[in-house]
Amino acid sequence: MAGPWTEECSIMKKIGIINKIIAFSNVDGPGNRTAVFFQGCNLHCLYCHNPETIHFCVGCSACLAVCPTGALEGGHGKAVMGEGDMLQPVTWHPQKCISCDACIKACPHLASPKTRRMTAEELLTEIKKTAPYINGVSFSGGECTLQRDFLVEVIPLIRQLGLGVLLDSNGTYDFEKDPELLEMIDGVMLDIKAVDPAVCRTLTGAGPEMPIKNLKYLQSVGKLAEVRTVLLPEEGGSLPGEGQNRRSAASGRGSETILVTSSEKATSEGSFFDDDGGWHGEAVTGEGDLHPPNSMNELTVRTVASLLSPAIPYKLLRYRPFGVRQEGIDIIGNTITEESAAEALAALARSLGAENCRVV
Amino acid sequence: MSAALDIIKDPTLTYKQELLALARLGEATDNTLRYSDDYYAAKESRALCDLNEGPMPYRPRYICPDYSVLFKKGSVFLELEPPKDLAEALNSLMILYHHVPSITAYPVYLGDLDALLEPFVLKEERAYAKKLLGLFLKQIDKTLTDSFVHADLGPQASITGELLMELTEEMQLAIPNLTLKYDPAVTPEDFALKAVQCMLKTAKPSFANHGMFVKEWGEKYAIASCYNGLMQAGGGFTLPRLRLYECSLAAKDAEDFLNRVLPYYADLQFEYMDKRVKFIVEESSFFKTNFLVTEGFVKQENFTGMFGLVGLAECCNHLLGITDPKKGFGLNEEATALGRRIMDKLTELVEAHEAPYCESTGHRYRLHAQVGIDSDGREDAPGTRIPIGAEPAMLDQLAVNEQFHPYFPTGTGDIFKFEETYLKTPEAVLPIIQGSLKRGLRYFSGYLENNDVVRVTDYLVKRSEIDKLTAGKQSLNNVTIFGKGAKDFGGALDRRVQHHEEDRNH
Repeated sequence: MAGPWTEECSIMKKIGIINKIIAFSNVDGPGNRTAVFFQGCNLHCLYCHNPETIHFCVGCSACLAVCPTGALEGGHGKAVMGEGDMLQPVTWHPQKCISCDACIKACPHLASPKTRRMTAEELLTEIKKTAPYINGVSFSGGECTLQRDFLVEVIPLIRQLGLGVLLDSNGTYDFEKDPELLEMIDGVMLDIKAVDPAVCRTLTGAGPEMPIKNLKYLQSVGKLAEVRTVLLPEEGGSLPGEGQNRRSAASGRGSETILVTSSEKATSEGSFFDDDGGWHGEAVTGEGDLHPPNSMNELTVRTVASLLSPAIPYKLLRYRPFGVRQEGIDIIGNTITEESAAEALAALARSLGAENCRVV
Repeated sequence: MSAALDIIKDPTLTYKQELLALARLGEATDNTLRYSDDYYAAKESRALCDLNEGPMPYRPRYICPDYSVLFKKGSVFLELEPPKDLAEALNSLMILYHHVPSITAYPVYLGDLDALLEPFVLKEERAYAKKLLGLFLKQIDKTLTDSFVHADLGPQASITGELLMELTEEMQLAIPNLTLKYDPAVTPEDFALKAVQCMLKTAKPSFANHGMFVKEWGEKYAIASCYNGLMQAGGGFTLPRLRLYECSLAAKDAEDFLNRVLPYYADLQFEYMDKRVKFIVEESSFFKTNFLVTEGFVKQENFTGMFGLVGLAECCNHLLGITDPKKGFGLNEEATALGRRIMDKLTELVEAHEAPYCESTGHRYRLHAQVGIDSDGREDAPGTRIPIGAEPAMLDQLAVNEQFHPYFPTGTGDIFKFEETYLKTPEAVLPIIQGSLKRGLRYFSGYLENNDVVRVTDYLVKRSEIDKLTAGKQSLNNVTIFGKGAKDFGGALDRRVQHHEEDRNH
């Protein structure tokens, strides 16, 4: 996944490519916060609720035909790539847009034509409007750290308004190597989506090593604001490990099985990881034990809980199928994770030391 | 059928509601109090509305007794000694409430309950105090059967306030309406958060901008009825309204409205108010013989007249030829700016008019953004609100409110509907309230989607009670019928919901 988006981001310099700004959010960190969602993600999680934030518009113009109000124009692949320009060939007219999201449903590329290119000053103008009513700003996405240079420019301006700043990250960014960014934020809200390497790769496209390293590092420097894990539904289909054919596994829905590594035992006794955050589970090749989804939830929750300081919030989110793309529905299923199962895992996490664990 | 027979045969009216309706009918048989022909023509054209106050006022519209008098001196007329404990205090209050008149025949202000009761509550075991307060609330809900019955809390935290909010959550009663006088510098954060939680679950209390009210009225102010700012030991004589949309129909353009039409209708409303205030003070027996006056619970000089209005949004939109409210007042700076000019002009007119009596407000009336009545339909939104269905996102709605709330010392407010997840995050609601009050919001009400107790235009009713009326059954609450009208004709329950705009699995 390291191809187009890194190239795009390197061109971007100090323009932020923003999918959406939510003025008042109660679910993106403590209190009332303005949430800025960047476009572009280096993961492609099967359960992603806003998959239109994953890629950038390539100008195929498939969305133009479905727009009922003519709010979109341009496209036809005539992207202009140049200094300071982003590949954003479809033009969006917000005044004409009725937010029906037909364009997003029609997009074959997991992108959105409705992004905004903003300078730090322009974003600051938006945040000044919400500043009197909020506790802080949260940068989310997509993956906000992909637009790191823009963050480093805009965050000090936001801090001058007296507001705190949190980053919402998928954990693939090596925070240890960026003290400048860490210094200017209050903390990172970190996703630990799965700890089993095979499951994590299938679920997200990347392994769990960097997120786990970040959990330990950010915690050690006092910059871990919270950790989140999405719990998969028990009734969901199986989630195959590496080396297996996804489609054939998807057709096996109802088998309620899931692949975990042969080193699960290590985790149930403590952690897959040594004290330096190094991985000591075994590489997964597609051959492994089969377990139901709740077993994978438990594996992740146990691992995070055993690593986490008691005071740090650990939020367990129940999988909800709304907005999830068909590929994800096929594999994870169309049901919401049972509240009782989630609560049981939260109780488990608390018993393992993550005292501030709750279901949200 | 005669009007009286209609009332007597109406299957949806309780006995008390029939009695009140028949009393209004009786009052209407006398027309001693006369106005000019122009006034009657304006009323006929719907530009002016007297809110059915009745032609022969025999008490001020709103009465806000100083209940501390009862606790200090008791009452000679009621043969009550000052109470010695919580049970006596609550019993004395219930007795006094029964004798406090108002336009609705029920007391519109029950007092600052926490300040009044805290010394008594502190002397009791918490569980016993809660038991008594619960009985008190139940008795209020079942005997003062009108949602304009209103009690105040704050700004200090108190055990009484905590218990009353706990009980409000547990009992889910529509009556009484509740306000927290809120000052972030005085009200502890945890107490305010409890109030938010209670508001989300029961649509009350609302948050009043304590600092703003104190500047206008002094410390001894009351929030009564819907959200009316008035003086304790005083009240409001009368509250007629300009229906600004209908007023605007007589204007050629915005300038004509500001310079000719608005002063014309304002003068007619002054005529109505002046005559009515004089009649209440000089002719009716209330200020001469009522024990509330003779024993010092209220003083005539603490009453004022409330100059009401509705439909500023529709007025501005009409004057600018805007037909889609989503492109009008509150969402379009030209229309909003016209709204400010209209309010500046009205303020000037009210300041220039010498009002009879009204000593404590400098012989001036005070502006009021009236919440609307069911018969307003969709032509006139409450006060200066953006019409339901056209409300922008909460941020923009607050910004508009902040511009208009300072104009209305005798009350205005807006209502914000939150979705379910806010129940788990009251700490995300409080900064919105704090920020908006700091920027000029006067009164913030909120409720959660799908609650049974809901806020209609600024009074509380139960959805389940509206359903009873729709099914042709009786509702104990006098106000449910207004709620049904506002729902059916004004779409009042369909206001915009503040929610996080998507569900996200990160």
